[in-house]
Amino acid sequence: MKNALGSVDTVLVLGGRSEIGLAVAERLVRDGARKVVLAARAPLGEPPALRGAEVHLIDFDATRPDGHGEVIEEAVKLAGDLDVIVAAFGVLGDQAAYDRDPASAAASIAVNLGGHVSTGLYAARRLREQGHGTLVVLSSVAGVRVRRGNMVYGAAKAGLDGFARALGDSLHGTGAQVMVVRPGFVHGRMTAGMPAAPFATTPAAVADAVATALRDGTHIVWVPGILRYAFTLLRHLPRPLWRRIPR
Amino acid sequence: MTTPLTGWARTAPTPATVVRPRTAEALAALVAKASGRGVVARGLGRSYGDAAQNAGGLVLDCTRLRHWTFDERSGLVTAGGGASLHDLMATLVPRGWFVPVSPGTRYVTVGGAIAADVHGKNHHRDSSFGAHVRSLTLVTPAGARVLAPPDPLFWATVGGMGLTGVIAEATFSCVPVETSRMRVDIERTADLDDTLDVMTRTDDRYRYTVAWIDLLARGARTGRGVLTRGDHARRGELPGHGDPLAYAPATRLAAPPWAPGGLLNPLTVRAFNEVWYRRAPRERRGLMQGIAPFFHPLDGVRGWNRMYGPRGFVQYQFAVPFGAEPTLRRIVATLSARGVVSFLTVLKRFGPGTPAPLSFPIPGWTLALDIPTGQSGLAALLRGFDEQVAEAGGRVYLAKDSRLHATTLAAMYPRLDEWRELRAAADPGGVFRSDLARRLDL
Repeated sequence: MKNALGSVDTVLVLGGRSEIGLAVAERLVRDGARKVVLAARAPLGEPPALRGAEVHLIDFDATRPDGHGEVIEEAVKLAGDLDVIVAAFGVLGDQAAYDRDPASAAASIAVNLGGHVSTGLYAARRLREQGHGTLVVLSSVAGVRVRRGNMVYGAAKAGLDGFARALGDSLHGTGAQVMVVRPGFVHGRMTAGMPAAPFATTPAAVADAVATALRDGTHIVWVPGILRYAFTLLRHLPRPLWRRIPR
Repeated sequence: MTTPLTGWARTAPTPATVVRPRTAEALAALVAKASGRGVVARGLGRSYGDAAQNAGGLVLDCTRLRHWTFDERSGLVTAGGGASLHDLMATLVPRGWFVPVSPGTRYVTVGGAIAADVHGKNHHRDSSFGAHVRSLTLVTPAGARVLAPPDPLFWATVGGMGLTGVIAEATFSCVPVETSRMRVDIERTADLDDTLDVMTRTDDRYRYTVAWIDLLARGARTGRGVLTRGDHARRGELPGHGDPLAYAPATRLAAPPWAPGGLLNPLTVRAFNEVWYRRAPRERRGLMQGIAPFFHPLDGVRGWNRMYGPRGFVQYQFAVPFGAEPTLRRIVATLSARGVVSFLTVLKRFGPGTPAPLSFPIPGWTLALDIPTGQSGLAALLRGFDEQVAEAGGRVYLAKDSRLHATTLAAMYPRLDEWRELRAAADPGGVFRSDLARRLDL
């Protein structure tokens, strides 16, 4: 259960090797969470140690929606009520490669959007039943206004962002909530070697923002916070200018 | 249809299906049918945290089970679990009787008083509510059972936070009083050591004692306070006119239905604490007070919990055994030094506890604070206190708790496993569940 000061007991991370997902889990454990289930693609190996919390590693394939319901069920069996479900899986890909191989672009959408839609609906069903809990969806500023240099990833995030907000609306009054997290450029494995965008951030900063938002009950989280204002402007930038934004 | 519920401190709401059975039979039928997310009883919602919440499940509002009878010869009350101490007092006091234990509010039910094993200002003399209960009817999935001491399940139910079953009825003893007035001595203390010293030396002369601590006083004045001690006034001590047992507690004020956050902030609380300390006479003896102002000053403001604003507050009450005064001193000093805002900070000297494995009071000192949420670093600060309290052999009070962690709980209540076994035997299907039980892995 989330307590009066916003700390939780149990966490499920979908995308259990995601740096952001792990950073969130670690941060929530530091605040008192005692059971963590990491759902990741096989081969699984040993679960990482997280400051004395009980950690389980279970099999999860984002591209196989028919197994997503079982992933949630298995996590419930291992941890009980799920206080926080972090949907952190995703692939970034490279627009040039998608241009060469459009089929691979569709496959990435299947993970970044399709996988989130099925896990999101299964997660929402569970949270509605238990009458509490937060689904944390890793969206991105890339989906706030899609750029031509990142159109496949951005389109998936745009779809995911809209889906997640509406899912949150559908859960209103049930005790369950959806938190949409919109980080900017996050330094890490996924972006290694790429030139950083302005207001770049880190997995740890994203994790801190998620923990604070859990405590305060915030439903839309920008990381860093200033991006909220930057994108208020960028959203209204005339298209002739927008299309010139590099990458 | 679900209803969002919180405790008195208005934090961490969760929805549940709330049903108000009219009879013990209806209640038993609901318990027998309960499944899935389980069921927990709720009374007047005065637990501060999530003890009477059950996310996604069933909550039995027991306030319709308010029937009661009183046997004047034996001084025994038999009351429905949902009867409130407020209702009982309204009839008992004019007849010359008083409840054996009253917490800081009279708006608690008999079932809640037993499930939390509540204590009052007379704990050093009379122990907690459970010590005065002769028998109780517990509704479990297998049906109703009448329990009495020394049945282990009786004691697992006392202080068991409603997790062994629903208390449909209970019989407990009352105390005779000659008047409805209290004869009160008030004394200011200079610092914490002075407060502890005066309480240790003089507590036994009074039936009721408590100290209010000015947490905002720093330096040499850290832990200064106002001691209030009293006894039921004898008939001969009252001025000659009027009914000595007249009792009409009034609710004079009500907090507005909503209050802006931050009404109780460091500035206003600091001012209140200063005024409260200065207002108290350095020493005053033989003051005559009514029962309500003496026992239930906050009941005079209906909905005072709303004054903390929409984000609510946290009650932190811990007890440490005698000998652990250094821990108490360290915590008070930390609170003062950090400038933690607490509206009412209350210190009490506990006497002997009950045989109940989860009952809170132990012989020693208890300190209760209420702190608005949203003070930075509060979670970490209180977790640090948890560790010191557990280390000293103390514990926090589950009826007030809304933020303790399961691992610390086990260190604080050494008889937890014994209680778990009793509970598992009484409720093998785990039908009785609450948000508190989930949070603390009870």
